[in-house]
Amino acid sequence: MKFGFLKIIRKYAILIVLIVLILVFSVLSPAFATFNNAMNVVRQISMMGIVTVGFTFILLGGGLDLSVGSQMAVMNVVVAMLIRDLDLNPVLAILIGIAMTTAIGWFNGFAISKTGIPPLIATLAMQTALRGASFILSKGRPVYGVPDSIKFIGQGYILGIIPIPGVILAVVIAFGIILLNKTYLGRHFYALGSNPEATRLSGINIHFTRTMTYTLNGFLTGIAALVMMTRVGSGQPNAADGFEMNVLTAAVLGGVSINGGKGSITGAMVGAVIIGVLNNGMSICGANDYWQKVITGLVLFVVVVLDSLSQAKRKDS
Amino acid sequence: MTDTMEIVLSMQHISKHYVGIQALDDVSVDFRKGEVHALIGENGAGKSTLIKMISGAEVPDSGKLVFGDREFDKMTPHLAQNMGVATIYQEFNLFPTLTVAENIYMGDEMVSDDSPRFYHKNRYLEKAKEVLDRVNIAVRPGDYVEDMTTAKMQLVEIAKAVARDARILIMDEPTAPLSTKETEYLFELIGTLKRQGVTIIYISHRLEELYRIADRLTIMRDGRKILTSDTKEISRKELIRHMANREVEEIDFVSDAERGKVILEVKNVSGNGLHDISFCVHAGEIFGLGGLLGAGRTELARLLFGADRMESGQLLMDGKEILVKSPNQAVSLGIAYVPEDRKHHGALLTLPISWNITLPILKRISFRGFIRKKEERQIVEAQRDNLRIKASGMEQNVNSLSGGNQQKVVLAKWLASSPRLLILDEPTRGVDVNAKQEIYQLIGEFARQGMAIIFISSEMEELLNISDRMMVLNEKKIAGFLEKEEYSQNRVLAMASGLT
Repeated sequence: MKFGFLKIIRKYAILIVLIVLILVFSVLSPAFATFNNAMNVVRQISMMGIVTVGFTFILLGGGLDLSVGSQMAVMNVVVAMLIRDLDLNPVLAILIGIAMTTAIGWFNGFAISKTGIPPLIATLAMQTALRGASFILSKGRPVYGVPDSIKFIGQGYILGIIPIPGVILAVVIAFGIILLNKTYLGRHFYALGSNPEATRLSGINIHFTRTMTYTLNGFLTGIAALVMMTRVGSGQPNAADGFEMNVLTAAVLGGVSINGGKGSITGAMVGAVIIGVLNNGMSICGANDYWQKVITGLVLFVVVVLDSLSQAKRKDS
Repeated sequence: MTDTMEIVLSMQHISKHYVGIQALDDVSVDFRKGEVHALIGENGAGKSTLIKMISGAEVPDSGKLVFGDREFDKMTPHLAQNMGVATIYQEFNLFPTLTVAENIYMGDEMVSDDSPRFYHKNRYLEKAKEVLDRVNIAVRPGDYVEDMTTAKMQLVEIAKAVARDARILIMDEPTAPLSTKETEYLFELIGTLKRQGVTIIYISHRLEELYRIADRLTIMRDGRKILTSDTKEISRKELIRHMANREVEEIDFVSDAERGKVILEVKNVSGNGLHDISFCVHAGEIFGLGGLLGAGRTELARLLFGADRMESGQLLMDGKEILVKSPNQAVSLGIAYVPEDRKHHGALLTLPISWNITLPILKRISFRGFIRKKEERQIVEAQRDNLRIKASGMEQNVNSLSGGNQQKVVLAKWLASSPRLLILDEPTRGVDVNAKQEIYQLIGEFARQGMAIIFISSEMEELLNISDRMMVLNEKKIAGFLEKEEYSQNRVLAMASGLT
């Protein structure tokens, strides 16, 4: 009986953490537990949540992509410039932007799978290069001129109360859950992360599978970048700096293993909400950005240690 | 002459029991100063366990080790080193990114006289040079180990032993990775060491070379010592008889499937170290693949399955040429492979049983990318009943199962794909007796269904009982074929040892 109780505690530990956090912030600041602030949190976490879904695919397959933040920045700059300088149809510009991040994701996956270089290094290189490119393209200045006609994507509401980014997030979550639970591709992601060689020897094309995790992540990162651009109203070359850390922390916090093969979208989303609530609560309580970085870093450290410990324990038993 | 009879190590009444196996049973052996003493026996005869007792890697349950006038109940690696024991395993114990000199003196740090905080590179090189010259080893002390050939690395291992003044040098299959020329060089070196009074305990499957270098030999079988003899006084034939003559385990198995038409024909295949392999397998036939460790059985299986690339040769399935460039293609052609290394290559341990079973056919049972869950469940349940997989549920992770049940999951995974050719690489390794019997019955059942089966096993009884026909490999080449009527342990072992 006691064992069962502990098991339940462990299973829902992450939800309990979330509830405790909400209670603490509610006590600390009356402005926290309000409907408006809740919608605020939804808007804030929507971008992170969308990328977390793609990032979960990659982590499940045993990979990593540190270039998501830079992908978003370069997408924002390019799309804004296409509209401003070439006077392109905004919808077409957006499609080009999303196609671009998808292609970047594909390239990451392809290069990692074919050459066997560690994903950490490959995508760190990509992160740096893309960040540099977005500064070069924009000459280091924000690119204004995002037309009002598309700003509703980042700023609008459905039925007057539900933020559109939240709706997009919901659609992306549904996509992620269906892909992982209902399709063979999703199942192959788990298999790849669990044991790549056994998966290959089961007749699965693991290059394709691995490349798909990165490609889908690139696609979803493009969608998150769209939300970001239309919310800010410009293309900022320094946008989404350090974004990958938030996303990684959210996913691992939500039980997605950094060693691959284990985790779920729902878990990762709870992780994303915790990071969102933590950041929102801290700013409401007056902690500045720098403190938020310190806290996020510590949280990432702790959850990765816990993940490794539980892995080691499983190997022993 | 009396000098050479001096006993440097006497092992007395050593026994060791592991769960389920008596690895060593009251073994007593004496090793003399300056002799090359070969330990021979089949896989699992207890040779490795015995040398682990000397090197301190394992401790005996009972018995003692006597080094000259000192007696011990057990060794530790450190103690063994103090007693002058050095062991060269097949897997070398070297630091690839360091130099030869640094490897030789790893652990014995040398510092310069004037400044004890800094290590003295030149002294390493000088001392290493002395050691290498003493036994005439042609390796430069400043070379990096990672740039060397396997043969040279082995020489560095020997130099390490010389530098520590080893009196007993244990070598486990030292010639396995060497070319003929390198082997000659090694034998010369062994001669030099011998003259300097070093005792060499030599494990090898290559009986031919024992007659060249071993002064005496000890034959082991099933954890017991059969005899120790001067090499000159025992014939090859006797040697093989002693090695093979074990109590034959009863295997309740009759292969009664009818041999149908040729499913797979292998023509002059080379690659993965193998040379010019040709054979064919029929429907309903259990085709055995025999040979010693490293003979190339797994390498051949991996070529057929597309896990490694063929260099030349042809594969024909049903008389038509096929190209197998990846496991993916092999699976779509109806070839299945149950690998030797279940934990790393066979099962996905952290995933549910059901996911493991349907992995190769997931795409086949999907519609527009969506898995047909009902069909999946039916397949999993059918395989569970078929193979009698014992688990609380099919959603249980594979790592929570026993070895036998894990292996059944791997078998189930391939049966679900209804293959035409099933390659089984050591399918009963690490599996308990009952599960073994069940697996044999299943193999018989597959053959009756008309599957062509390639059966690889290091267990002689199993190989002789289960297979209908056999090909024996020796050093990555065909040593010969045997029909069922011609089967005997002696013949297989003779072929596998290259004594045809």
